[in-house]
Amino acid sequence: MMPALVSLVVLVPLLSAALTLVLGRRARPQRIVAALALVAVLGISVALLVGVDADGAIVVESGNWGLLGIVLVVDRLSAIMLVVSSVVLLAVLIFSIGQGLADGDDETPVSIYYPTYLILTAGVMVAFVAGDLFNLYVGFEILLVASYVLITLGGTRSRIRAGVTYVIVSLLSSILFLAAIGMVYGALGTVNLAQVAERVQQLPFDVQVLLHVMLLVAFGIKAAVFPLSFWLPDSYPSAPAPVTAAFAGLLTKIGVYAIIRLETVIFPTPELNPALMVLALLTMVVGALGAVAQADIKRILSFTLVSHIGYMILGVALGTVAGTAAAIYYIVHHIVVQTTLFLAAGLVEREAGSTSITRIGGLLASAPLVAVLFFIPALNLGGIPPFSGFIGKLGLFQATAVQGDALAYALIGGGAFVSLLTLYALVRVWNLAFWRPADDVDGDETRLLRSVEEAPDAPTTTETRATPRLMTLSTAGMVAVSLALTVFAGPLYAVSDRAAENLDGPDAYIELVLGGTAGSEGGAR
Amino acid sequence: MTVSLVLVVVMGALIACGVYLLLERSLTRVVLGFLLIGNGVNLLILIMGGPAGFAPIYDESLDPAAYTDPLPQALILTAIVITFAVSAFLLALIYRSWRLANADDVSDDADDVALREGGITMPLEEVAPDEGDTDFPIEDAAPEPAPAQRSDSGGEVAR
Repeated sequence: MMPALVSLVVLVPLLSAALTLVLGRRARPQRIVAALALVAVLGISVALLVGVDADGAIVVESGNWGLLGIVLVVDRLSAIMLVVSSVVLLAVLIFSIGQGLADGDDETPVSIYYPTYLILTAGVMVAFVAGDLFNLYVGFEILLVASYVLITLGGTRSRIRAGVTYVIVSLLSSILFLAAIGMVYGALGTVNLAQVAERVQQLPFDVQVLLHVMLLVAFGIKAAVFPLSFWLPDSYPSAPAPVTAAFAGLLTKIGVYAIIRLETVIFPTPELNPALMVLALLTMVVGALGAVAQADIKRILSFTLVSHIGYMILGVALGTVAGTAAAIYYIVHHIVVQTTLFLAAGLVEREAGSTSITRIGGLLASAPLVAVLFFIPALNLGGIPPFSGFIGKLGLFQATAVQGDALAYALIGGGAFVSLLTLYALVRVWNLAFWRPADDVDGDETRLLRSVEEAPDAPTTTETRATPRLMTLSTAGMVAVSLALTVFAGPLYAVSDRAAENLDGPDAYIELVLGGTAGSEGGAR
Repeated sequence: MTVSLVLVVVMGALIACGVYLLLERSLTRVVLGFLLIGNGVNLLILIMGGPAGFAPIYDESLDPAAYTDPLPQALILTAIVITFAVSAFLLALIYRSWRLANADDVSDDADDVALREGGITMPLEEVAPDEGDTDFPIEDAAPEPAPAQRSDSGGEVAR
């Protein structure tokens, strides 16, 4: 039963993508199929998490090719990521359905949106359940190709410009990854993660470092770790609001997920950890400083996204169970909160006609609900105590303090400073866009821009002042999820802890995959 | 592991040319560079598969070591398909870019340019700039806002 679920988590979105493509221009069935598919994926993911947490990880060797073929592995980390990403994908889908309904997509549907979105989902799922490097590469490519289409949706000039940067940078990272896979195969004769982990220690030290750095650079581009993060604030903000929200929540975290696997399963040796810690600090600081300098909500959020990747990298770079557990909790927190903030920015755009904080104001009076939906995740991201951001940062700092050297304390100081900068950047948004009376805004462009539609096909039409209920509802749902991360922080942190214990060195993973095949051939299926 | 020097040299040349082309600003050259690097990397995987041997079709009379390693070929095949799809998308992107801008250059981010030139100011409550020179460089997601604009706001320039 459980092994079948592992395949279904990929197959359901893939087959529904085909179905929505066949349904083509009929928008309503498309929407229903897409929503049902993601609900199903969410259900399967939750079932997997419960099952895996209770009975241990699942290994599926598809087609009975053994370790030569495609091996899917779901351990606790994968299951947690599956659940969080399906929650986020579902919320964003509902948001975009609401936006599409309001924009009159019934007449002129962007017929490729839903199929592409579902393929993106499938790619994300493949990446999380992949048990070998090449399958991880394929998962990356599936989601990247879908993301290329989504980021240039409608083909307006600014999106094409942003898309070009994004596509070229992603291609470079993919090529590096593929070359690294080729070298790994040449050195070890396998691309299966467990076998790689088993054999890699026998390699000469310099070859190990070469492979390690190549993979790290490839994943670092995807995760937007500091020197490789320049592309992100450049390309994300111009995409449609729901697309940006899904990308911001998920795509970089898949890079971080790959880095966790790399650092815990393949190269658990500590030689690159100090370098990673320095990079984590730089990522935090540079991202936060970028956020302070910007004047557009989406761009500010993109920079905070980069900055908070630093926290996760810090957790991974510690190389301890506590560090990994904190990083996992932080990833969950950040996926949810960052997506919520981008959805709230979408609502702001809808409500005020712009996301530039120099141009909008008075939203607290005109749209109090949107203000609340922005304020809660903003405080959360800044790390104000009751929220999950605080818990995540606390866990990270505790794990860092255990290491106890100068670098560790520099990181704790830097991390605290960066969370203040994040708070400052978001409070600036709050003061200008929400608190400032609308009369103080220079010029009257706000009102004029209200009529400009976000949807690529819609001409400058109707004055849709009212924000669609579905959009608000899905954002509110995400805010509720982010609050639940605080309320249920105990159990969640416990699961993260158990997930991190599985990742304490490669032995558990090797035994899981290789031991499973030798011991019970029929056991898995 | 012995490898053919010719293959290694060809791979090096392909990747070197590809990197050179990728560094260009013209999108068409970037695509060509991507294709060259892609082929170079495929060749790398092929080289990593070890020396050539018999076709990997099972034959009892043959020593298992005499076959070519089939796995890298499967990997390359997948990579080729992916490269094919991506280059098709890139060509469409270039075409669209050409239709929109009559150029296939990779242009700078408008916001970054504005920031570099000090274009984005952050008025907290003051600095009401003259109506005439409020050229806000940001024009988010609104490529043709013209119908909604008043004609006298001369500062609004479509990028």
